[in-house]
Amino acid sequence: MENKDTQGELWEVFIQSKAGQSFKHAGSIHAYDREMAIDNARDTYTRRGEGTGLWVVKSKEIVAVSPSEEGYFFDPSNDKVYRHPTFYEMPEGLKNM
Amino acid sequence: MEAKLKYYLQIADNALILSHRLSEYCSKGPFLEEDLANTNVALDLIGLAESMYIEVARQENEGRTGDDIVYRRKETDFLNVILVEMPNDDFAHIMVRQFFTDVFHQQFFSELRNSKDEFLMGIAHKSIKEVLYHLKRSSEWMFRLGKGTVEAQEKAQVAINKYWKYTHEFFLENDTDSEMLKAGIGVDLSLIKKNWLAKVEEIFTMSNLTIPTNDFTIEGGKQGYHSENLGYILTEMQFLPSKYPDAIW
Repeated sequence: MENKDTQGELWEVFIQSKAGQSFKHAGSIHAYDREMAIDNARDTYTRRGEGTGLWVVKSKEIVAVSPSEEGYFFDPSNDKVYRHPTFYEMPEGLKNM
Repeated sequence: MEAKLKYYLQIADNALILSHRLSEYCSKGPFLEEDLANTNVALDLIGLAESMYIEVARQENEGRTGDDIVYRRKETDFLNVILVEMPNDDFAHIMVRQFFTDVFHQQFFSELRNSKDEFLMGIAHKSIKEVLYHLKRSSEWMFRLGKGTVEAQEKAQVAINKYWKYTHEFFLENDTDSEMLKAGIGVDLSLIKKNWLAKVEEIFTMSNLTIPTNDFTIEGGKQGYHSENLGYILTEMQFLPSKYPDAIW
């Protein structure tokens, strides 16, 4: 018997927890269309006041680095400590950095 | 029981019984997210019902609790409309039953925000936010089913044709409704009916679905005369308190 997936496409969910902050990946959901994707994301991830903003995007539309490329893609920055702003002192009262 | 508390029960019983029906469907949804969505609606409705039963118990001040009102009340004292008792025949039936009720709740709670009764006014403000989401979801499903495959459209239309005769009861003005309207506590059901029809027409028109022309009506729930379904629902719901009256949470 054919084992057909009837859950619709996979979508990635991004939630903004407070106005002005960046959206963070929360997980993924299944849905057949854009409206269903937003509804399902809301019902799965924001029922307890987790968010003030919500994005969904089809998983297949996301461009990602393939695991085989990881080495030469990320490693070269490891020994360049000057790329990190660790020598600066954080101004007092700065909350979102 | 005074009319105002009966009015509370009419609202609460609709929410309770529909919530129970939705809870029966928990774990049986077409896929995980849809299952969650459905159960979330059930949770919203049971939350609404619970706060109202507790308030009824408090105001009547006869030593009953909210649980007593749910678990120790007989069938003929339940005041919900018959539509919400209808079984979960299939997904189309579940969504059509939900859509009809959501449109009613949207119109009803919108108006109820002007109630002179402070408790009802508060309930209305709280519920309208939840109901607007329920309606968004069930409206989208009407569109999806109606504009989907031939089979989906047919299933939705079959459910609409079957449930249409039960929808008129939402707007049936009984003595409780009249008294509450006069007192400025309740809403004008003839206005609700007009707005309900307009909204249903709007969604159906864009969804390739048709309002039945048949005006045949079945009613009685608001007077305590129910379909056979409610008996089965209550038998299951009240089983434990009936068998073990002293059981506590």
